[in-house]
Amino acid sequence: MNAFWIILTGSLVATCCSLLGCYLILRRMAMVGDAISHAVLPGIVIAFLVTGSRDSVPMLIGAGLLGVLTTFLIEFFHRVARVQSDAAIGVTFTWLFAIGIILISVFAGQIDLDQDCVLYGEIAYTPIDLWISEDGWILGPRAVWTVGTVTVLVILFICLSYKELYLTAFDAAYAASIGISTSLWYYLLMSAVSLTTVASFESVGAILVVAFLVAPPATAYLLTDNFKTMLVLSALLGILASAAGYYLAVWLDGSIAGAIATVTGIEFVLAFLFSPSRGIWMNRRKIVPAPIN
Amino acid sequence: MILQVENPVVEVHDLTVSYDRKPVLWGVDLTLPAGALVGVIGPNGAGKSTLIKAIMDLLPVSSGYIRIFDQPIKEVRKRISYVPQRESVDWDFPASVFDVVLMGRYGKLGFFNRPRRADKDAAMEALQKVGMQAYAERQISQLSGGQQQRVFLARALAQNADIYFMDEPFAGVDIATETAIIELLRTMRDEGKTVVVVHHDLQSAAAYFNWVILLNMRLVASGPTDQVLTQELLEKTYGGKLTVLSKVGDLLRKQEFPSREA
Amino acid sequence: MSDFTEFFSFTDANVRYVTIGSVLLASSSAVVGCFSLLRKRALVGDAVAHAVLPGVCLAFMLSGTKNPLILLLGAFITGWLSLVVIDVITSRSRIKEDTAIGLVLSVFFGIGILLLTSIQHSGNAAQSGLDKFLFGNAAALIGEDLIVFSVVALLLLVCTIVFYKELMLLCFDEAYAHTIGYPVRALELLLTTLTVFAVVVGIQAVGVVLMAAMLITPAAAARFWTENLRLMLVLAALMGAFSGMAGAFVSYTAPAMPTGPWIVLIISMIAITSFAFAPGKGWVSRMWKQRRNKSRVLEENLLKVMYQLGEPNQDYFTSRNITDIMERRQIPKRAISRGLNKLRREGYVQKDRQSWMLTRQGQTRGMRVVRLHRLWELYLTQFLELASDHVHEDAETIEHIITPELEQKLMQELEYPVLDPHNNRIP
Repeated sequence: MNAFWIILTGSLVATCCSLLGCYLILRRMAMVGDAISHAVLPGIVIAFLVTGSRDSVPMLIGAGLLGVLTTFLIEFFHRVARVQSDAAIGVTFTWLFAIGIILISVFAGQIDLDQDCVLYGEIAYTPIDLWISEDGWILGPRAVWTVGTVTVLVILFICLSYKELYLTAFDAAYAASIGISTSLWYYLLMSAVSLTTVASFESVGAILVVAFLVAPPATAYLLTDNFKTMLVLSALLGILASAAGYYLAVWLDGSIAGAIATVTGIEFVLAFLFSPSRGIWMNRRKIVPAPIN
Repeated sequence: MILQVENPVVEVHDLTVSYDRKPVLWGVDLTLPAGALVGVIGPNGAGKSTLIKAIMDLLPVSSGYIRIFDQPIKEVRKRISYVPQRESVDWDFPASVFDVVLMGRYGKLGFFNRPRRADKDAAMEALQKVGMQAYAERQISQLSGGQQQRVFLARALAQNADIYFMDEPFAGVDIATETAIIELLRTMRDEGKTVVVVHHDLQSAAAYFNWVILLNMRLVASGPTDQVLTQELLEKTYGGKLTVLSKVGDLLRKQEFPSREA
Repeated sequence: MSDFTEFFSFTDANVRYVTIGSVLLASSSAVVGCFSLLRKRALVGDAVAHAVLPGVCLAFMLSGTKNPLILLLGAFITGWLSLVVIDVITSRSRIKEDTAIGLVLSVFFGIGILLLTSIQHSGNAAQSGLDKFLFGNAAALIGEDLIVFSVVALLLLVCTIVFYKELMLLCFDEAYAHTIGYPVRALELLLTTLTVFAVVVGIQAVGVVLMAAMLITPAAAARFWTENLRLMLVLAALMGAFSGMAGAFVSYTAPAMPTGPWIVLIISMIAITSFAFAPGKGWVSRMWKQRRNKSRVLEENLLKVMYQLGEPNQDYFTSRNITDIMERRQIPKRAISRGLNKLRREGYVQKDRQSWMLTRQGQTRGMRVVRLHRLWELYLTQFLELASDHVHEDAETIEHIITPELEQKLMQELEYPVLDPHNNRIP
């Protein structure tokens, strides 16, 4: 049963991260996703201190706001202060992460978050932290409920605003010309990424969030040319990695988050080498544009 | 030679556009008649793309205003279509030709609505007009430069607009595509649509357009082709930059000066 | 305060080590970071930092010791490998660089974590302390480790000084470097190697995640203060050294405080301050410049109005009331009196009870503004073919910015005109 809960949590995280990750890598913003996933740390610590609990809604929102603030800061440093864009990302997230670590050290007694957990989470303990209703019903692990809710929200978000997200990722100038606000959708997407990061952070840690945001979408991108297929495929790849990673971790007696990230990497390498259309070891079909009659 | 027309479809009034405070277009004043095929012509860095982006409200303007069909752009977006430069997007994007053309219908759909049968028909019809219906399911990463341009054109056509702004649609396309596109544009003009095209080839300009805008950091001329494409006006357009003008522009940036007093 | 003197007297051998270590680590990575920043590859260092971990773990697993040289070798190999992998992915597939960096970073690190936890759980007693690569611990740098890492850090500094000229050209114009026969590939290799070494060494102080800051942040901060690369390197090194020392001091006074995050926090504050206040490029100093422009525009407008009031009868030195000025031009009354007072202090106007009059100096400056205004209007109509009723607004700005040299040039191009487009005389 424990294995089931752990893999389920992993799969839920994989689904919401990979779906959003597809947009991030196509917008060439993978590193912004990386930055957000690290920079929410002080938000989580502060929300933790204020609300005193781990998975209340105010905590999710409060820490999520910090993710959006990170995006604002990066944009601000880049546009207003004119810092080179990659440097703006690097400076912002390391600064916020350092604050987070310092806060953890200062309030070490009041927070049961430690540095290890920040980086690679404690998905192994997910099944222990159960949600028990007032009538005594055991409703399963808390993390499943938190991450599950966020996953549903993310899927809803993508379904409802599929065409806006798609168009602003492909051709922002054209989107603006037909009256779709590119910055609105940019910040909505980033809010979704922040919320996802915060919800997943505790279970899987910063590093697996980044791995899920980048690796399955990148793998799917090598396997298909259809965007909808890419979305579905990357979610499936993430789920597969969660399951395989769990057993790898059990076998090596190591961190589950680390093992899942490893498997996402293996998936990518396989696609990179053997993808039917784009693998570098496959006989690449030369695509010659047919002449127009 | 700046000819203003009665009842213009596009009216640009005293438009100054700056990048990073440095004006790249100074005080452009022009009007365009309905049903014209307009070429925007000038040397590199003259502000041709900037002009149409500013008209489309894709760039903040330092001063001046634009009216289309005698209304602010926000009111009439649905009647205007824009074809960005082909290089401005990533053609490795996972999308099919049909996906891209269908984007032309997004503006009319509004939030949450999915494309309906009618939208798909309109997209298919647009593809037909550019001779690409056979490629509907093809991935855009597999297209040649000319085909990419046709897809962009089809997307604009699917919008079924009254004015079209096209940024360098002839850049890097084969002769066959160029001829096909210009034929299409002429048909559109004959249907009463106004088409504004950024173009960099002087040779073909006279044959393609019936109205020409000459630009080089400022408006040099705007009027019917035969009156505008004269030796004198061309020399003025291509005869180098106005040094005082660019120096003043550099000063505005360096001194952090607003280009208009607030 | 006693802490302060105790720390900075460096009598405690431990303090000495930790400080020397932090300073060397921070400044050497700052110097190398300058080059990767200028090559627009700042975040690559982040990937290397994460990729070092599996190397360390593998080296430990294979050798069974924690000999710093062996761990360093392992770290070096995977760090280097990560850069090769990023290159291969971007050049051999349609994956873009940012995705490749994110991918390599998370996967290599994931593997590292897997190995590390696996080692930890294996019960091998020798493993304790491996996780300092994860979070860094400058305070624990002692003995053999310190010597090895300090030597590497010094080597890095020497290398950048020796190859300064070549590296500069590589960052500035790779193609040109190639044409004049520089071994560009070898130089790239050198820079990559330096980056990997800087990361391997710096990670001891601040840990994996924050390593990126040691490379990027001092370089980004230094970039705001100078346009000169030599100076930028020195500044970045100094900023790095300062934050290294400050971090060591903080954890000396409060041992519970982690050194690495403090170093990063301090260097980040320096950077953010630089972004805001660095003269010329800083955000605040640019805002300040804009403010100064505003008051200059106000003053010049007042002088202009007073000059114009005198124009019809050539009586420039007659006293005027504020209402006279307001009739001529819509400026808020408070702004007018503020501007006039400032002008009086500068000697451009005199106050005579409730009325104001121009001094000779003020008349000259007012005349110049009017003159530039009319010259610019003329220029716009003649060279830009603008209608004469559209040129006024533009000239309202430009009149304040034209330098004497430009004025001269303008006069030449307009062939020393007498009248402006509205048939007013150009004074």
